[in-house]
Amino acid sequence: MGLNEQQIERYSRQIILEEVGGTGQEKLLCSKVLIVGAGGLGAPAGLYLAAAGVGTIGIVDSDKVDLSNLQRQIIHHTGDVGTEKVDSAKAKIQAINPDVTVQTYQSRLTAENISEIIRQYDFVIDGTDNFASKFLINDACYFEKKAFSHAGILRFDGQLITVLPGETTCYRCIFRSPPPAGVVPSCSEAGVLGVLAGVIGLLQATEAMKYLLGIGELLTNTLLVYNALEMEFYKAKLDRNPDCPLCGSSPTITELKDEQQPVCDLKED
Amino acid sequence: MNIVVNGEQVNCDDDLTVSKLLIEQKVKMPEMVSVEINGKILKRTEFEQTLLKDDDKVEFLYFMGGGRWA
Ligand SMILES: [Zn+2]
Repeated sequence: MGLNEQQIERYSRQIILEEVGGTGQEKLLCSKVLIVGAGGLGAPAGLYLAAAGVGTIGIVDSDKVDLSNLQRQIIHHTGDVGTEKVDSAKAKIQAINPDVTVQTYQSRLTAENISEIIRQYDFVIDGTDNFASKFLINDACYFEKKAFSHAGILRFDGQLITVLPGETTCYRCIFRSPPPAGVVPSCSEAGVLGVLAGVIGLLQATEAMKYLLGIGELLTNTLLVYNALEMEFYKAKLDRNPDCPLCGSSPTITELKDEQQPVCDLKED
Repeated sequence: MNIVVNGEQVNCDDDLTVSKLLIEQKVKMPEMVSVEINGKILKRTEFEQTLLKDDDKVEFLYFMGGGRWA
């Protein structure tokens, strides 16, 4: 395709990197990244990937912008409260970089629609805030053999892992199935430090860029755990689990299904 | 013996099982923790009988997902 003069100037600071160069930049412009959730993680990831010149960015979200989102979901501004998140995110991305084509999906991902959507992308960023979606994304990416970045944040902690389905440790290798409802606190119950979403969301974006450019070491077979208070990054090395219900040697999950909310059978205390 | 739990050195008794370690380390909701020893994920049913060895690297891994169910 070739870069025009404007593009050479716009992306000069990353074209100058030996590992990127004009070829890498062209690769990025031809790449497609799907961001699931235009929230705390998806907002910084979307902004930076747009600025970097990732040619097509898909955004999935069914929610509207709420005042309480603005503390961390920096793609949405005060004037956007009440509008659709996908529309708000698309407007900001296009304002940053008109090179980027934005596809919006104002819906929730389900076992019905997810495969068709992710099939069109090179890399998926899981920026969702709920376990049903996280397991669904893991499973769908496995069946579609789509690389993705999983992440979660809560209070002052965050964690992420990159998954090359069928080749490296998946989310179900670590956690077989979602926790019962109400057992793990949510950000709305337990809170989250706003900058944490930025730190973890941008680590996801970094993994996406490395994957698209084919450079560096991906965060595979490794769960990176971050604590903001101790300012500690910790890498837990994790082998693939032969007993994984999805990618193990005798899988019990052989087709895509929406997770049914398990009954909470734990004692209250 | 000495083991490493989530990157930190821990001195402990010789006949320590994973179940006991979860209690000693005051892990909240051990039913919700994934345990890994030297890179291998343990089955939940193995917590009771799995004895830790000197120099084992143990990871307690927690659900973190924003926590909303759906
Ligand atoms: Zn797996």
